[in-house]
Amino acid sequence: MLFTGSIGTGLLLTGCSPEEQALPQNAVLAGGTKGYRTKEERMRDQELLSETFFTDVERKKLTTMVDIIMPKDDESPAASEIGVVDFMEFMMKDQQYNQTRMRGGLMWLDFEADEKYGKSFNELSQDQVIAIVEEVAWPAKAKPEYQGAVSWFNMVRDMTCSGYFSTEPGWKYIGYVGNKPNVWDGVPQEVMDKHGFKLEEKYLSIYLKPDDRGTIAEWDDAGNLIA
Amino acid sequence: MASKILSEAGLSVAVVEAGEDFDPAKDEDRTQLRPPWESPRRGASTRIRPFGDFDAAIGGWDIEGEPYTHKNGTKFDWFRSRMVGGRTNHWGRISLRFGPDDFKRASIDGLGDDWPIGYDDLKPYYDKVDKLIGIFGSKEGIRNEPDGLFLPPPKPRLHELFMKKGADKANIPMIPSRLSILTKPINKDRGVCFFCAQCNRGCQVYADFSAGTCLLHPAMKKGKVDLFTSSMVRKVNLDEKGKATGVSFISKADMKEYKLNSRVVVLGASACESARILMNSKSKSHPNGIGGDSNALGRYLHDSTGSDRMAILPDLVDRKRYNEDGVGGLHMYTPWWGDNKKLNFARGYHIEYWGGMSQPAYGTGGSMNSMRQYIKDEFGQPSQNGGYGAGLKKDIRSLYGSTLGMSGRGESVPRHDNYCEIDPTVVDKFGIPVLRFNYNWTDQEILQAKHMHETFEEILTGSGATLLGTKPGPETNYGLLDPGKIIHEVGTTRMGNDPKTSVVNSNCQAHDCANVFVVDAGPFVSQADKNPTWTILALSWRTSEYIVDQLNKKNI
Repeated sequence: MLFTGSIGTGLLLTGCSPEEQALPQNAVLAGGTKGYRTKEERMRDQELLSETFFTDVERKKLTTMVDIIMPKDDESPAASEIGVVDFMEFMMKDQQYNQTRMRGGLMWLDFEADEKYGKSFNELSQDQVIAIVEEVAWPAKAKPEYQGAVSWFNMVRDMTCSGYFSTEPGWKYIGYVGNKPNVWDGVPQEVMDKHGFKLEEKYLSIYLKPDDRGTIAEWDDAGNLIA
Repeated sequence: MASKILSEAGLSVAVVEAGEDFDPAKDEDRTQLRPPWESPRRGASTRIRPFGDFDAAIGGWDIEGEPYTHKNGTKFDWFRSRMVGGRTNHWGRISLRFGPDDFKRASIDGLGDDWPIGYDDLKPYYDKVDKLIGIFGSKEGIRNEPDGLFLPPPKPRLHELFMKKGADKANIPMIPSRLSILTKPINKDRGVCFFCAQCNRGCQVYADFSAGTCLLHPAMKKGKVDLFTSSMVRKVNLDEKGKATGVSFISKADMKEYKLNSRVVVLGASACESARILMNSKSKSHPNGIGGDSNALGRYLHDSTGSDRMAILPDLVDRKRYNEDGVGGLHMYTPWWGDNKKLNFARGYHIEYWGGMSQPAYGTGGSMNSMRQYIKDEFGQPSQNGGYGAGLKKDIRSLYGSTLGMSGRGESVPRHDNYCEIDPTVVDKFGIPVLRFNYNWTDQEILQAKHMHETFEEILTGSGATLLGTKPGPETNYGLLDPGKIIHEVGTTRMGNDPKTSVVNSNCQAHDCANVFVVDAGPFVSQADKNPTWTILALSWRTSEYIVDQLNKKNI
């Protein structure tokens, strides 16, 4: 169910261009968005899913970064455990205008690691990695020469969070309990009381009552709902 | 609407639609209730789906192979919805009747023109539309916000109650909204809302109005309605006498040209597209296209004004969780309350309210480089912006559901000089000449946007919220969105009694071609501070009855 980034189709393996192979209208291939899609949308999703953007070296750097931004704790998993890097891989292909910026920042990690420790980023210890993150994670305190990297880290932070909270574990952590059929009957009373709110008297008889949803609506000549 | 009324009168109807058909009740078409992880982009928007990957709108402001152009530095963004039901699949469901004043604006403030009809002409049709399609709301007795036949409105959400507190202090009304969502059944064919707030994805029980599921598909089941999808209309065809004989269209399946013959042609392609079709319907009898000599075809184009402001409610940091999805839209809104005679702009605007614990998806948890400061410790010290780690995760959770905002949607003044025309040098991928836009906001709209922001600040601060960002100033026209962004274009085939200043008559019948009608928002003379959809539906019903009447009398 989670996007895995795997190739599930022979579309590009056989060497046919997407234009040459017509996709059946309702083909639901692995990984593409579920639900009604135009033919062009399906083909685009399949094309993107069959390409690879990040090199192995870049993936390793990114995995380190996302797990620092959203680490495992006693309530929730680490970002890399719930597909955040795969999500970012897809978004790089879906939103190509971000590619250069992302790549540039990942390159900068090696530059900084070399400057500070004479090593490549992927060879650093956890403490050394944190030292670099500390330079770019706090916009108000960052030294002027780090401004570009601060901006890049903001992007990485935003994308990591985006990929984190749009998952089932992310929903559980943040406490979203919607996306299901239910009956809305107003803000729970204890919350109303906490903030000192009361519903307006004049609307009490007009607001939807859950029990009234069974009968077909009828109006009198003055336009008042009578059933 | 026209296909329903006409087919029920016994006529054979062919519907020619540029996009495809889909049915949200079929599981393979459904996007409602799909969580973001069923999309590899977690619901993010794409070029073809600018409101989100699961949103029902296919098309957008920038369609591959379907360009449009601008002149004189104009910024006009033209939205096309390419599927059965068009914009009614993803609209905001806000259904506001025009009031008596809205048909007579020129008589009130001297700007633009009056409609040749008034509220009394449309009231019976608004009533019929309310009963046929369903709308919730509350009877308020506000003169220029006529009440309808309402279904029960839902109780307010928490952020709406906070903003009501601010509105009360500012003496600005805030009443239950009027949305076309079924909170009670109106017939046996459509289900009732189950409060997932995803109307824009298309409802599998048809609890929210979309023309495809609620009008066209039932009409197809009942009567002689043929649906041609993926068919792009090029022009209306005319005989030597100047009577319409049908349309020419390109079938996208084989990219071939076809002709469909008919006794009557009804255009409902959206205001600019219908005008474009008429402009391209050049023939010996109509060398400038149908309505081409009216000096009004494509003219008087206007869109709603729009500007927004966000804020954060400290009282809602670490808020208690519960399911607050509600209906797919605001539960409360503010109708225009001001007296324009006392203000420096002529027309009004309504206010929409948003916020709450909405579904986390692409984009959630972002902007912590500027938002984290709104977490305060027990001494009132703000957190450092930015950061990473378990602390960041906790702070995102704390802030969830605490932001909110307001949007103004106002009436702009129609001008002859705001228009679309055919660009003689550009065709789209079908070989159809494209539209070229010329559009400018005036002080009427700019000063209205300024007022919006003064109002937003007053209500938001009165509700206890902390404003986010800075109040936009004159250098950005007070945050006034580019025309076309609100997607309420009207006026390009306006109605009137004089063929020298209007394209259609008060029955939406082309002055110079009696068997051509327009049933989208093109015939609007002016727009009102109210969304066009309900008026489009009422007018279309009225026009369809007129068509049946005229055919019976053999006048067309």
